[in-house]
Amino acid sequence: MTKTAERRPVPRAAALPDPAPPPAGGRRRRRIADQARAYAFLLGALVCFALFSWYPAVRAVVIAFQKYTPGSKPQWAGTANFTRVLHDPEFGAAWRNTLAFTLLALLIGFAVPFLLALVLNELRHAKAFFRVAVYLPVMIPPVVSALLWKWFYDPGAGLANEALRFLHLPTSNWSNGTDTALVSLVVVATWANMGGTVLIYLAALQSIPGELYEAAELDGANLLQRIRHVTVPQTRFVFLMLMLLQIIATMQVFTEPFVITGGGPENATVTVLYLIYKYAFLYDDFGGACALSVMLLVLLGAFSAGYLRLTRSEGDTP
Amino acid sequence: MTTRTLISPATLARPRGRAVYWTVFTAVVVLFALAFLFPVYWMVTGAMKSPDEVARTPPALVPHHWRLGGYTDAWDLMQLPQHLWNTVIQAAGAWAFQLVFCTAAAYALARLRPAFGKVILGGILATLMVPAQALVVPKYLTVADLPLIHTSLLNDPLAIWLPAVANAFNLYLLKRFFDQLPRDVLEAAEIDGAGPLRILRSVVLPMSRPVLGVVSIFALVAVWQDFLWPLMVFSDTGEQPISVALVQLSQNIQLTVLLAAMVIASIPMVALFLVFQRHIIAGIGAGSTKG
Repeated sequence: MTKTAERRPVPRAAALPDPAPPPAGGRRRRRIADQARAYAFLLGALVCFALFSWYPAVRAVVIAFQKYTPGSKPQWAGTANFTRVLHDPEFGAAWRNTLAFTLLALLIGFAVPFLLALVLNELRHAKAFFRVAVYLPVMIPPVVSALLWKWFYDPGAGLANEALRFLHLPTSNWSNGTDTALVSLVVVATWANMGGTVLIYLAALQSIPGELYEAAELDGANLLQRIRHVTVPQTRFVFLMLMLLQIIATMQVFTEPFVITGGGPENATVTVLYLIYKYAFLYDDFGGACALSVMLLVLLGAFSAGYLRLTRSEGDTP
Repeated sequence: MTTRTLISPATLARPRGRAVYWTVFTAVVVLFALAFLFPVYWMVTGAMKSPDEVARTPPALVPHHWRLGGYTDAWDLMQLPQHLWNTVIQAAGAWAFQLVFCTAAAYALARLRPAFGKVILGGILATLMVPAQALVVPKYLTVADLPLIHTSLLNDPLAIWLPAVANAFNLYLLKRFFDQLPRDVLEAAEIDGAGPLRILRSVVLPMSRPVLGVVSIFALVAVWQDFLWPLMVFSDTGEQPISVALVQLSQNIQLTVLLAAMVIASIPMVALFLVFQRHIIAGIGAGSTKG
C-alpha cells in the first residue's frame, strides 16, 4: 500500500512540551481549561452517540426481557418474549428467508460484480461510461428501484415477462410466485447495489503491480492460471471485506420485501427486519420486537467483529 | 493508464487479440446499456406514455406522444413539492449537524487530547459493530420519549438530524484525516496564539476540503435514500420525505403518474452523482480499499 508513507506522522512532536511553560500554579488550571475545551468540542457528538447508539443498544437488551407497550409501565417478563417469538410460525420463515436471501445474494450479487470488475479492468476504452452506468442504480433511491422492479415484475405488462415473450420463453410469476419471489428480490438488490462492489473491486485490481502478471506470463501461466495465482491472492483482503460487508447488509434487508411483495406470497419473503417492524408497528409488541432485534444483533455483531478484525489487522501492518 | 493488467499489451496488439478485445468491448457496452441504462430509460419514458399505452403488450419502445402530463400531474396530485422540500430540509439539517458536531468531535479526538479520549473513540467505533437497522426499534422508542426531558421528536426533522450525528464512520473518517495534517502548521498557529476554535476554523477546515466533501456527500445521500427510519418516525403525511410518500401513495395512483414521481424523486441524487462523479467514484475506490 502506498498510503503508509504519507500517513506516518512526523515523529518528533509526539509529546511536545508547552511552548512557554507557565508558572507552576497556573499549569494545573490551564490543563483543566484545556480539558474543558476539549470536552466542549466533543459534547454534541457524545450526546448524540449516547442517546441514539449506546442507550438504544442497552435498551434493546432490557426491553427484550420486558412486557412493553407504549403508554403503560413496562413489566419484567423473563424470557416470555423469546418463547413467544420462537413459537411464531413467521419466525422460522423470516430466518429461513433472510439466510436464503443472504446466500443467494452472495451467489448472484457477488459473482456478477467480480466478473464484471475483472472484465472492466481489461477494457481500455469508455472507462468513464462503464463506471457511471454501473453506479447509476446505486444513486437511485432504493424505494424507487423497488417500485420500478415491482412494475417490471408485473405478470401482465411488466418488462420482465415482455422480455421472456420476446425471446419466446415461458413467462414467470416473478415476485408474485412463492418459488420465485425471493430470487426476484435478490435480483433487485443486486441491480441496485452492485455498483459499489464493482468500483471497489476495480480499485483493488488496479493496485496489482503489473510486474506480477509479466512474471507469471514469462513462467508460462495462461489466463486462468494468472487469475488464480496473481489476481485472486492479490485481492483476497478486499474480497473478504466486501463479502462480510455484503452479508451484514443483506441480513438487514427490508425495503425490497416491504415495497415489492409485502412479505408475501405466503410469507415467502418475510425477513427478520420486516418481522421486527411488524412486531413493533402492527402488533404493538415492542418486547417481541426487541427480542428479535437482540437475536439479529448477536449474529450480525459476530460478522461485524470479523469485519473489523480484518480491516484492523490489515491497516496496522506497516 | 498504461499499467499492465491480466492481458499483456502484446497480446492485444495482435490481430486476433484485437478482434477478441473489440468483441468483448461491444458485448459489455450492450450489456451495460441494457442492464443499467435501459431500466432507467423505461421509467422515464413510461411516465410519458398514456395510461393505455403503458399497459399495452407488446410495449412500445418509444412513447407515441412525448407527453409531460404525467410529470405535471405527479407534481400537483402527489404534493411532490412538499415532500421534496421535507426531504431537502431533513438532508440539509442532517448534513449541517453532522458537519458541525462530527468535525468538532473528530478534531478534539485527533488534536486536543481529551482525558479518556481512547475510551470515547473505542465506544464510537464499537457502534460500527452494531448494524444500525438492528437497533431501529429501541432507537424509535428513545426518539418517541427522550430520556430526562421526556420530549417526543416524532414528526420533527430533529428525529433525522440528531441521530445522523451518531455516525461513527464519518466521524472516524474525519479523525483519520485530521491525524494526518502536518503538525508544523498547526503548531505555528498555536504559537501565534490561536485558540482551538480558531485553529479548527482557519487552519484545519480549509486544509480538509477533500474529506469534508466526501462526508457531505455521504451525509446527503444517506438521508435521501433512507426509508425504514423515516417510515417509523414520520407518521404525519405532511412531514414525510419523498421516499416514504412514494410508497404510501403508490397503492392508489395511476401508474404513469407514479413513474413520473419516481423519476422526480431520483433526479436530485442522480444529478449530484453526475456532477461529482469523479470525486464520488475516486472516493469509493480509494476510501474502501485502504480502510
